[in-house]
Amino acid sequence: MKTSKIIGGTALASLLLALPAFAQDAAVPAAEIVEETVAAIDTGDTAWMLVSTIIVIFMTLPGLALFYGGLVRGKNVLSILSQVMGGFSLIALLWVAYGFSLAFTGPTEGGLSAFIGGFDALFLAGIGPDTISGTLSTIPELVFVVFQLTFAAITGCLIIGGIAERMKFGAVMLFLALWFTFAYIPLAHMVWGGGLIGSWGALDFAGGTVVHINSGVAALVAAIVLGPRLGYLKEPIAPHNLTFTFIGASILWVGWFGFNAGSAGAADGIAAQAFLNTITAPAAAALAWGLGERITRGHASLLGFASGAVAGLVAITPAAGFVGTVGAIVIGALAGFVCLWAVVFLKPRLKYDDSLDVFGIHGVGGIIGALATGIFAAPGLGGLGGEDFDIAGQFVTQLLAVIVAIVWVAVVTFVSLLIVKAVFGGLRVSESGESDGLDLSSHGERAYN
Amino acid sequence: MKLVIAIIKPSRLEEVRQALNSLDVHGMTVTEVKGYGRQKGHSEIYRGTEYAVHFLPKLKVEIAVDDALADAVSSAIRDSAQTGRIGDGKIFVLDLLAVTRIRTGETGAAAL
Repeated sequence: MKTSKIIGGTALASLLLALPAFAQDAAVPAAEIVEETVAAIDTGDTAWMLVSTIIVIFMTLPGLALFYGGLVRGKNVLSILSQVMGGFSLIALLWVAYGFSLAFTGPTEGGLSAFIGGFDALFLAGIGPDTISGTLSTIPELVFVVFQLTFAAITGCLIIGGIAERMKFGAVMLFLALWFTFAYIPLAHMVWGGGLIGSWGALDFAGGTVVHINSGVAALVAAIVLGPRLGYLKEPIAPHNLTFTFIGASILWVGWFGFNAGSAGAADGIAAQAFLNTITAPAAAALAWGLGERITRGHASLLGFASGAVAGLVAITPAAGFVGTVGAIVIGALAGFVCLWAVVFLKPRLKYDDSLDVFGIHGVGGIIGALATGIFAAPGLGGLGGEDFDIAGQFVTQLLAVIVAIVWVAVVTFVSLLIVKAVFGGLRVSESGESDGLDLSSHGERAYN
Repeated sequence: MKLVIAIIKPSRLEEVRQALNSLDVHGMTVTEVKGYGRQKGHSEIYRGTEYAVHFLPKLKVEIAVDDALADAVSSAIRDSAQTGRIGDGKIFVLDLLAVTRIRTGETGAAAL
């Protein structure tokens, strides 16, 4: 919209200048004017992307931190908050240092370009306030850099839920650095940076694969490698403050408008569709989870509503700007029921201790969303895919993307943990440190005095 | 002198206090406690995990009284704390050997 205003303004000015000499000098060549203004920053788009970025930061600090903090025991709440703030800060710096460069710059063909970008923009070299984004042509590159930074940061912090209440703080930080470097950056490049998965035509609007399958699988592998918390399935390990969890889940939901609608990259109709889908899908998922609980356990619980809403938000993430309103509701309801099953029935059967159900909600929800995108993006089902959209073909592409992501992240996570274990002489705090609580043993403080 | 210890439901505290007040008993100590007797606790479900909670929150009320008042205090607590449902609690009465009011140094019944 802004671009056309500039063109209009420039044309008018040229016209006025040309007016006195109109008789001699026929008309100003239109092509020249357009060329001057084509690569302009759109202030509307830029403002929306800045707002989106701010609220995605708010998703992590304090949204995710409170969501997780309420779910652990009172003796470990500060360890969660510390890990989330420490992880956010660490990944923010690594993103600026080399993450952005390796994910979004470099050659588009040859060498390792299918898997990783280049070193052209280390410490954002060559990117200044006047640089227009190479990916989104109406906003400054720095806005794109920081918007993507918030995605990398929250994905790392999501993993913390799987390893909660037992891992050494230093080990968490080193693990996040390794996982960020060898799992997040390549996956972001492969899906969004012109790499392998994107070139197959896989659809991932806001990060079902890059963010949620990634964090969910990393959390699952880490939970298995770490082993269960002391007393798991033997003594009560109940959430200490579900009010925090409610506040955190609500902040996540609001922040997700930046995450999904912001991923449109512009303030436009696609952003509006993604925005609406970010209400309807989690609403359907929250009600589905509550209904499933009522049927199987006798009560619809607050934790169930909060978990369902997050599951729905996860599942709509890859689909947000590709599916229509009804498709979003179906995806949400599906995620509510299936993630409830994963958390309540699958996890106890397999006996892994994914403390805060990162895999059950983000991993499973991400897989549902990625696969469902291949179906509900079809125009016949109200989606925004083109007329030649091929459901079967797209579904297979989505499935391949999911498989590549799962295998890649699982291998990187496993090897990274082996390295961290060697460096720190073990991943877990001592048994007495674990029973005293990580707040005291790892951070020397208590939340409640 | 007797020490009356009553374990009651938290929701009955105000009724118990008023009943004792009308007997001219004006001092008591109340502690939040957990425990169980015949009432079996309940279960809590957090996502996939179900916990049996055995220890339920109760209040422990301690009142030191003169021998002559002990029976009246016991029955006043019983009447005011009773709901008729399981989990109403118990009253224990113990002999009290000595009492000292710290501020004045008074001892025995004068210190109550």
